[in-house]
Amino acid sequence: MGQAWRRFRTNRLALAGLALVALLALTAALAPWLAPYDPARQSLVEKRALPGGKYLLGADEFGRDILSRVIYGSRVALLVGGLSVTIALAFGLLLGVAAGFNGGWLDALLMRGVEILLAFPYLLLAIAIVAALGPGALNTTLAVGIWGVPAVTRIVRGSVLALRETEYVGAACALGAPAPAVLRRHILPNVLPGLIVYATLFMANAILLEAALSFLGLGVQPPTASWGLMVSTGRDVLLVAPHVATVPGVAIMLAVLAFNLVGDGLRDALDPRLGGGGSSALTSP
Amino acid sequence: MLTFTLRRLLLAMPVLLGVVFVVMLTVDLLPGDAVTLMLGEHATKDAVAALREHLGLDKPFVVRYLDYVGHLLRGDLGRSMQQNRPVAAELADAWPATLQLTVAALVIAAAVGIAAGVVSAVWPNSLFDAVARLASLFGLSMPIFWTGLVLIVVFSLWLKWLPVGGAGSFAHLVLPAVTLALPSVAMVARMTRAAVLDVLREDYVRTARAKGVGEVWVLGKHALRNAFIPILTLLGLQSGQLMGGAVLTETVFSWPGLGRLMVKAIFARDYVLLQGAVLVFALAFVVVNLLVDLSYGALDPRIARQG
Repeated sequence: MGQAWRRFRTNRLALAGLALVALLALTAALAPWLAPYDPARQSLVEKRALPGGKYLLGADEFGRDILSRVIYGSRVALLVGGLSVTIALAFGLLLGVAAGFNGGWLDALLMRGVEILLAFPYLLLAIAIVAALGPGALNTTLAVGIWGVPAVTRIVRGSVLALRETEYVGAACALGAPAPAVLRRHILPNVLPGLIVYATLFMANAILLEAALSFLGLGVQPPTASWGLMVSTGRDVLLVAPHVATVPGVAIMLAVLAFNLVGDGLRDALDPRLGGGGSSALTSP
Repeated sequence: MLTFTLRRLLLAMPVLLGVVFVVMLTVDLLPGDAVTLMLGEHATKDAVAALREHLGLDKPFVVRYLDYVGHLLRGDLGRSMQQNRPVAAELADAWPATLQLTVAALVIAAAVGIAAGVVSAVWPNSLFDAVARLASLFGLSMPIFWTGLVLIVVFSLWLKWLPVGGAGSFAHLVLPAVTLALPSVAMVARMTRAAVLDVLREDYVRTARAKGVGEVWVLGKHALRNAFIPILTLLGLQSGQLMGGAVLTETVFSWPGLGRLMVKAIFARDYVLLQGAVLVFALAFVVVNLLVDLSYGALDPRIARQG
């Protein structure tokens, strides 16, 4: 682990990403103190105010301060993202270990299920789930989380299968170690590093997906300040006040970029053989 | 090759049946009663019962599933509840626009992505490589619905070169296709760079160079040919990304395709139409990946022999 951190530390892009993530987390935590105005306060005389002046990033269609809303929006992005990553990891780990460790019919059944869910192109599964559950922050979290489960399941199963073939796991089993002990001592510690990388890159995708669902009007609902929703409301006034839609998008991009940079850096640090390649192709569904 | 093709085709069938099952299940899990949602709070009991019967919702799930699959095999996807037209007809009206958009984006992604990736790999750590890698990182991080809006502001509002939205001419296609393609361009460029770099380290490339084969020939004949399989796999997966992204792009640019139809269907609570649209997307994705699988066999005879 110490070695991995040393490698991570020499990666300037990854460090920049980490700094951005820290900044994002601080912004979310300190939102009430950082935001110059109440994110819900409307001022119709100042609607669509341009950036600069009283409102640093301008005001939206209802005269609400965009900067304050972007600051509060970081809470939604991190909360929905973080919780959906947790859901995807928890269920993916459970199902992946169950499939990979047991093999047999359970493995066959679970993997057919995973194949079916992965046959839905990109955000369509999440859209279908959110269409069924109805909009809202909680349902968006569930939809994004469930959307991530099949990919995590497949990754975990793959590592478990590979580990099961290793000599030390074979030796542990031969010595009569009970299955839970083998899992806890030999399998899980080796599955986790790869999973941490995946979780970081998934976080980037989760933020994008939440923003996309909210943009379509299927995710977080007004008046909550969600970045995707802010872009969506700005779209209606795009031609008269482009800043209303474009400013919140920068926040989405920076947040996603931050997690992508950290994820790439972690992958290179934990598995130096890969080099700065494109293997996140696998992880970006 | 024939058994390989047949095997892959047979393997795709249960996946498709499963997709239908999942789509129907999600619709089935609708909170409350879909019919009451459709008709509104004040619908009479008779109207609710009649619509339930019309939609077959009074029958058990398994019966409805088999029913739907049976109709599906005859090309019948039911009737859309909003327009009261056959869903198949509505989808047939919309899919050419989506096909046009996604194919255009895929072509851009393949052409620009592969070109940038190869140049990056041939001159690694050059200025071009650094710029391309940074640009890829941004490309992967920008939400496409936002990229679309930014492009509209720049190219339609400020420069007045291209239309804001709608479809009909080549000029209408440019912004949506570029928007949709950007994340895939980034992904393909990264992947191509890694794949070509890997191949360039192989012994056979060193042998080819040692015996005096020209650099262009080494690249074309050895490097690209062998790097092509991972790139092709990625393009197959990216087609799914593009179909999903089409939902957003079509919304941003008012592009009259399947994605926009789907979003409309959700807001109109037209679940029969939604079901059909999701199915067409999933079917297209399965077929594309099947084609990618089959082309491995053609590109690399070893794969076909293993089946």
